Amino acid sequence: MADAEKLAGSRQIFIDVSQISKLDTFGAWLIERLRRSLTHGEVEAKIAGLSTNYASLVDEVRRVRTAPAVETTAVTIGGMLEQVGRSVAGIGDTFVGLIDMLGAVLAASGRVLLHPRDFRLTSTVHHLEQVCWRAVPIIVLITFLIGCIISQQGIFHFRKFGADIFVVDMLGVLVLREIGVLLVAIMVAGRSGSAYTAELGSMKMREEIDALRTMGFDPIEVLILPRMLALIIALPILAFLGAMAALYGGGLVAWLYGGVDPEAFLLRLRDAISIDHFTVGLIKAPVMAAVIGIVACVEGLAVQGSAESLGQHTTASVVKGIFFVIVMDGVFAIFFASIGM
Amino acid sequence: MAPAFSDAIIRVRDITVQFGSTRVLNGLDLDVKRGEILGFVGPSGAGKSVLTRTIIGLVPKVAGRIEVFGVDLDAADPAARRAVERRWGILFQQGALFSSLTVRQNIQFPVREYLKVSQRLLDEIMVAKLGMVGLRPEVADRFPSELSGGMIKRVALARALALDPELVFLDEPTSGLDPIGAGDFDELVRTLQRTLGLTVFMVTHDLDSLYTACDRIAVLGNGKIIAAGSMADMQASQHPWLRQYFHGKRARAVMG
Repeated sequence: MADAEKLAGSRQIFIDVSQISKLDTFGAWLIERLRRSLTHGEVEAKIAGLSTNYASLVDEVRRVRTAPAVETTAVTIGGMLEQVGRSVAGIGDTFVGLIDMLGAVLAASGRVLLHPRDFRLTSTVHHLEQVCWRAVPIIVLITFLIGCIISQQGIFHFRKFGADIFVVDMLGVLVLREIGVLLVAIMVAGRSGSAYTAELGSMKMREEIDALRTMGFDPIEVLILPRMLALIIALPILAFLGAMAALYGGGLVAWLYGGVDPEAFLLRLRDAISIDHFTVGLIKAPVMAAVIGIVACVEGLAVQGSAESLGQHTTASVVKGIFFVIVMDGVFAIFFASIGM
Repeated sequence: MAPAFSDAIIRVRDITVQFGSTRVLNGLDLDVKRGEILGFVGPSGAGKSVLTRTIIGLVPKVAGRIEVFGVDLDAADPAARRAVERRWGILFQQGALFSSLTVRQNIQFPVREYLKVSQRLLDEIMVAKLGMVGLRPEVADRFPSELSGGMIKRVALARALALDPELVFLDEPTSGLDPIGAGDFDELVRTLQRTLGLTVFMVTHDLDSLYTACDRIAVLGNGKIIAAGSMADMQASQHPWLRQYFHGKRARAVMG
């Protein structure tokens, strides 16, 4: 204090740090910040009593130029509207990307048809195992349960009108026409669409796709075509198995809970449904598989260098895949209604 | 072997590459002669990798012309392009091995596509290629995730060499290797160049590599080649960046 008073006239301020026994970068910066705040025009603050051990650290910190504070854009209504606008405009890009990929896949299929030796059978079989064979247990289990639930709910409500037996009609039409294929497609989008996106995305991140391209391979032919084909073969098979499992589950519940014995169930089923219902379901399956596959591959190839980007595109793959599957289902419903199927 | 240093194997003319509004390469010209090892240097972020990726066709260019083996890559039809691609090998910075395939499958992958040979010959060639890059045959059935960084680079080089290319692109082949490993790698590149008659285009930051392995050095700056020539030319140059690079503390240590 005595020192400070003595120096008061000389327009100098000393920061006494002689009591500091240990100093790290944070401490050094706090001292420097104090020094800077005290320095105004002619008044210059100085640091006094600094241990020589820390002289270089303090010098280093002195050289730091404070960056102007990062401008954080406030959340404004205008900004939010802009975001919405950009997202809407992005929808167009999504469609262009999907159509682009569809074209590339079709062109690659054409080339492979002309040169069947270029077809990658091993890879296709491998993916078929992944998306079809390994998916069978979970698909069968879930559709079985859904069949049980539909049947139970149907009986519960139809019983009020004494129309128990109509549960068979509902179950048959619903399962074969809609639920079977739709549910399976949604599960495949979640299970295999996400896997495709993650696989392709991590290959993109590790430059594997670039390496392929520079070796004279077409990534569409080598990576995407086998995956697409596997999915297009797998989905109808899974949809068929799913529909059977759901009918089985529904029949079981109808028998045990509703007292409709299997013979009556089958007889009623034969009357209630025609082959059309079944055909409608299976026609939709490969188209939905193609949509899921194309969405997954576009998203996979759009992955940039970061782990976050991989996560975002995998999420987008599943969300868009499911969305487009449902939209396609709607389009098919209108189509089949107008041709009277 | 073709007459050394006679003709340009890569001829780059007036290349311009732009990302958004930033111009990375600006009217760049470069020749790589047959049979030489060209070391390509430049400050970080100057676009060395971009030029490599432009030549091999992974980055689109705004203007310019690239000829490899005398074939204009833009004008070439897919078959001609594939023929060129079959004659070059590329070592990516991170190796870019196919992670779902073993070392064996990685090396055999390009061969299987272009040549119709028996599995036995494939396996024997694979072992020979592994030997060339200094790896034992035991690593053949490991996956890339089970290899060390140096081994990944060696396997990636073996894959780049699988089809006996005439031209090899190496993107920072010695980065991330310890000094002994890096020295071995330089020696390896030199040996391969002699035995296989390779032309090597090597992006590098490693002064040791430039001294021991390269025949010629090209320097990238401001989107152009600011100097190209032998090590002696580089040291004699008065360009400020070159002076700093070739007369800095590290350079003196290497030359010392």
